[in-house]
Amino acid sequence: MQTIRHNIPDDLLMGYAAGVLPQAFDLVVATHVSLSDDARARLAGYEAVGGAMLDDMDEAPIGADSLEQTMARIAGMKPTRRTAPVRGIFPEPLRRIVGGDADAVKWRSIGLGARQSVVYSDGDATARLICIPAGQAMPQHSHRGLEMTLVLQGAFRDDDGVYARGDIEVADQQVDHTPVAEPGEDCICLIATDGRLKFNGLLPRIAQPFLGI
Amino acid sequence: TAQDTIDVQWADKISAIARSQDQTAFAEVFRHFAPRVKAFLMKSGADEALAEECMQDVMATLWNKAHLYDPSRAAVSTWIFTIARNRKIDLLRRYARPEPEELPWGPEESPDQADVLALQQETTKLAEAIRTLPEKQRQLIERAYFGDLTHSEIAAETGLPLGTIKSRIRLALERLRHAMT
Ligand SMILES: [Zn+2]
Ligand SMILES: [Zn+2]
Repeated sequence: MQTIRHNIPDDLLMGYAAGVLPQAFDLVVATHVSLSDDARARLAGYEAVGGAMLDDMDEAPIGADSLEQTMARIAGMKPTRRTAPVRGIFPEPLRRIVGGDADAVKWRSIGLGARQSVVYSDGDATARLICIPAGQAMPQHSHRGLEMTLVLQGAFRDDDGVYARGDIEVADQQVDHTPVAEPGEDCICLIATDGRLKFNGLLPRIAQPFLGI
Repeated sequence: TAQDTIDVQWADKISAIARSQDQTAFAEVFRHFAPRVKAFLMKSGADEALAEECMQDVMATLWNKAHLYDPSRAAVSTWIFTIARNRKIDLLRRYARPEPEELPWGPEESPDQADVLALQQETTKLAEAIRTLPEKQRQLIERAYFGDLTHSEIAAETGLPLGTIKSRIRLALERLRHAMT
């Protein structure tokens, strides 16, 4: 079965809403949602499912002075300020982990003018930025698990069409594609991959009950 | 329905907290949600003491972020769920979860009451749909949210009215984008 999708699939949005994705995938979803109102609206739907479940929970007994203790906590807190959005290539969640916009990335050459930078990695999954010169093919890579690619600058094309800023492609190990950066601008993508089979094959089915609604 | 009225009332209490640090409103929100947030955290694997501590933190965050709550985009239960979920990830998985960029309201732009009511109604419908699901499917959703699913156990059609809530929120986002430009 070949799994390629242009929009972020419901299973990944639901996994993000539930808070069960590996961190590298959380980062790509949060960055994508920052760029797509459609994804934001769909995510809010899955969060509403979580809210309904919370509201239906059987109550746990709380401490007799819970409320007083909470008020004391509040008295010691600094007010939360709204952060003004910063204009740039990277939306806020990515900018936070990189420590700046695209010009702050510490790139490493991976040959043929292509560069990459690992922004987050743990035992579960890795998130990396990749920059491909305009008009050039991406380095060949295999998919051991699930791969989620979000375009941040420029565009790339493969058999499924053109992916531009904000577009997301999800591929699994059955997918064999050769993305090529479109002419014009260098293509910068944020890519999350997981090597563990556990992740692949589980999530693609979590949201099946919700699909097609 | 009565439930819609209740949901809108919760939203009003959050805005009273934001507007005038209304402690009575906060106490009412606390009485309803604190025991549920604590139950949610315990179900996620926190022990009793940790869940109590973490619940107080969630409720304090609610007070502190009350001015950021947008009743045309989320029911209060949804909003509290997201705070509790993030705190849970902080606590049990030890990382600060990446969150999408915030969408601030436009200057002096507060949501239309009709939009607020419509969103709350959609949320009520969704909650009712979840409540009336066959037990097996309900459990499936619950387990998806507690990260507790295994390969072979996922299937079935549930037919939740997520589409309507999605278009409602899309409208709210468009209004918001419009107000900001
Ligand atoms: Zn690939
Ligand atoms: Zn492709």
